[in-house]
Amino acid sequence: MNAGSHAVTDGMVALSVRGLTVSLPTGMERTHAVKDISFELQRGQILCVIGESGSGKSVTANTVMGLLPDMITVTGGSITLDGREIVGMGPEALRSLRGRVVSMIFQDPLSALNPLMTVGAQIDETMQAHGIGTATSRRERAIELLTEVGLPEPELMYLQYPFRLSGGQRQRVMIAMALAMEPSILIADEPTTALDVTTQAQILKLIRDIQRRKNMSVMFITHDFGVVAEVADSVVVMEKGHVVEHGTAHEVLKTPKHPYTKRLIAAVPHLTGTNRVPLQTEANGPVLKVENLVKTYRSGSKMFGTLRVVPAVREVSFELASGRTLGVVGESGSGKSSLGRLLTKLMVSDSGRILFEDRDIATLSEAEFRPMRQRIQMIFQDPFASLNPRATIGRILTVGPVAHGMDPARARDEARAMLDLVGLDAGAIGRFPHEFSGGQRQRIGIARALMFKPRLLVADEAVSALDVSIQAQILQLLDRIQRETGVSMVFITHDLRVASQICDDIAVMQYGRIVELGPPSQIFLDPQSAYTRELVAAIPGERPRDMTPEIMTAEL
Amino acid sequence: MTTLTATQAPVRWWQSRVMRRFVGHRLALLGLVMISALALICIIGPYLLPYDSLYIDLRARFAPPMTGQHYLGTDPLGRDIAARLFMAGRISLLVGFTAMVLATLVGTLVGVIAGYRGGWISAVLMRTVDGFLSYPSIFLLLALSAALKPSPMMITVIIAITGWMEVARIVEAEVRSLKEREFVLAGRMLGLSRMHIMFREILPNVTGPIIVAATLTVARAILLEAYVSFLGFGIQPPLPSWGNMLNGAQQYLATAPWLAIIPGIAITIAVSSFNFIGDGLRDALDVRNDTL
Repeated sequence: MNAGSHAVTDGMVALSVRGLTVSLPTGMERTHAVKDISFELQRGQILCVIGESGSGKSVTANTVMGLLPDMITVTGGSITLDGREIVGMGPEALRSLRGRVVSMIFQDPLSALNPLMTVGAQIDETMQAHGIGTATSRRERAIELLTEVGLPEPELMYLQYPFRLSGGQRQRVMIAMALAMEPSILIADEPTTALDVTTQAQILKLIRDIQRRKNMSVMFITHDFGVVAEVADSVVVMEKGHVVEHGTAHEVLKTPKHPYTKRLIAAVPHLTGTNRVPLQTEANGPVLKVENLVKTYRSGSKMFGTLRVVPAVREVSFELASGRTLGVVGESGSGKSSLGRLLTKLMVSDSGRILFEDRDIATLSEAEFRPMRQRIQMIFQDPFASLNPRATIGRILTVGPVAHGMDPARARDEARAMLDLVGLDAGAIGRFPHEFSGGQRQRIGIARALMFKPRLLVADEAVSALDVSIQAQILQLLDRIQRETGVSMVFITHDLRVASQICDDIAVMQYGRIVELGPPSQIFLDPQSAYTRELVAAIPGERPRDMTPEIMTAEL
Repeated sequence: MTTLTATQAPVRWWQSRVMRRFVGHRLALLGLVMISALALICIIGPYLLPYDSLYIDLRARFAPPMTGQHYLGTDPLGRDIAARLFMAGRISLLVGFTAMVLATLVGTLVGVIAGYRGGWISAVLMRTVDGFLSYPSIFLLLALSAALKPSPMMITVIIAITGWMEVARIVEAEVRSLKEREFVLAGRMLGLSRMHIMFREILPNVTGPIIVAATLTVARAILLEAYVSFLGFGIQPPLPSWGNMLNGAQQYLATAPWLAIIPGIAITIAVSSFNFIGDGLRDALDVRNDTL
């Protein structure tokens, strides 16, 4: 689709991929990681490659970097970097291009940095590997780079080890390393996925700023249309190893042509600002009432002077009515997951009351609480870790009810009915978790929680690990289940867009406190606390009304 | 609502990745074949031979291998070495295997409890492990078998006592990391009892490392049995074991070397087979930590 423009603007193309096919070893799900894909990255632009997991977007990035594992081979097509053909180039020649012409930043800045080397030494190493400068000139350059990526006190930062830095700072160090050789092309593979939303906004702005200042070309891999809306000049949409759509950011976002793109865009959760129509229930009074709940983590020992006290949940109070959903949002370390575990008594609270159906469960012992467990159930974040890999789906679903005295045959019948309710085939009952996809496993997790017909469901980041289209399906499923069973939900998430989809009320947490609690209309359109304003402004791709991203200055 | 079915066809156990990797491991396969052959011949061999292991053929004392019906020769009393070797093999393999089962049971129990419960329970159990480990097992073995009547059962128990700590440590480490997994939390959320979570949810996920440790424990137990029997504190004559056959052979090393070589080969085959199998299983099951 871009052959015509290519001929005219040859000098303007930084990276051109034509007819690229990358084969997978035999025995995999499909024969090709990517098949016959073509796209171009114009000089001085940001190209977003978007797709769900398994779409081949990361393989594409690694192919351009020449970083494919041995089993995966390029079997056709060409990649031109700054006019040089790199398919078939020897490893030595490729190595000299990496860092100098094209550079990469990764998703997880913690595992991409060497924990035993100082930040300065790692930047120095990149330059040294290409035989550039003297020890002093490299040091000056490194400090210059650290300043450029907006790290405070660059001289001090030069001597720090990665573990002392926050996630956002580490990603800035990664960017500094990638910029060390002044590459003309930067490949960013999901660089903000592991970061909190406010940090993500800062890093996106940094990448955009540096790209403009240095007139770099950036290939930005992401799964998030919000991020695309934020930074992209042009977009490539990938599905199962094929490019299904290619165009400017405006075209693709506003007038998507391919059905897959339309589906993806439709699945992206948007801030709705409108309140949810409350469920009609005859119930009276709150199902759950939390008063001044406190949890503090202690580690080390007072005797040896190593005592560390970290307040996780501080004086949290709220009420939850029958059939309603309370969203708990916050960034990592805000105490939202700790709150979820306190509510399900997977962790013991220090003080405060948890009134469930007018009975204080905070003080109950494990044995006293066991019969009540059935009415408070939880959905976990990681669909891969939350199901016992050695148990069949049937056992996973029935083990709880049977332990509470249900007849095994009846439990199996109920398990079948429950699988049907969550949209899975009843034949799944004899299979093992590894035979299912992430979304299907999450449905199994939901079915397990529903086996007891609970009154309260605590969902801890229940959709965070899923692709957007699957995410939308699971949210619909939860909504439908709530309407059918009248269960109350505490929905814990870091994603305000998701929270706005499903919650009647939203509690914003920071440093273990609820800083604001209100309906979505208040939280998103008229936030009362400064922190909520900051969070809402940082959501990628959403600018409700006249909100300006005022926080996008400095971290710390 | 779309109905979703599982995407992959079920995989039979012999097609599994673990099986393929084990079979691909040449030495492990060789080990498995050798130990199966050795065990089989020890079990059925004595019925096929013309001589009983206790029959004394006075006219054929010190007969070298392949003399008449004495395929592996005879010992200083004129007893058939082949018959004795197979009977000894039954004893040695049985002692090694039983010791492994006992050691694995104790080690697994201690490891699972220490790993799951943590706190002072773990501290007490794991310090006990350290205590056992810090005691030189050979001396313990010799002292105990000198003090107690060394019946095969007693030898087995003593070997197990010196061998369970390895399993306990491996299991404890695995369980400690597994208990943080969400499926264990899910078990607690369902209100399952502690015992249920420990032994029915977590334990099946530790079988890989346990099997590897158990295989290596058998090899070690066979070697230990041979060791104490050789020193005269283990299995007592006339009951043969590979170790006490070596003991009887030491004064005739120059004149009748086959007396030592034959049981020596048997021990080598048994121990190295189990070690090969252990290595193969370790690779196949992808268990990271080797012994301790």
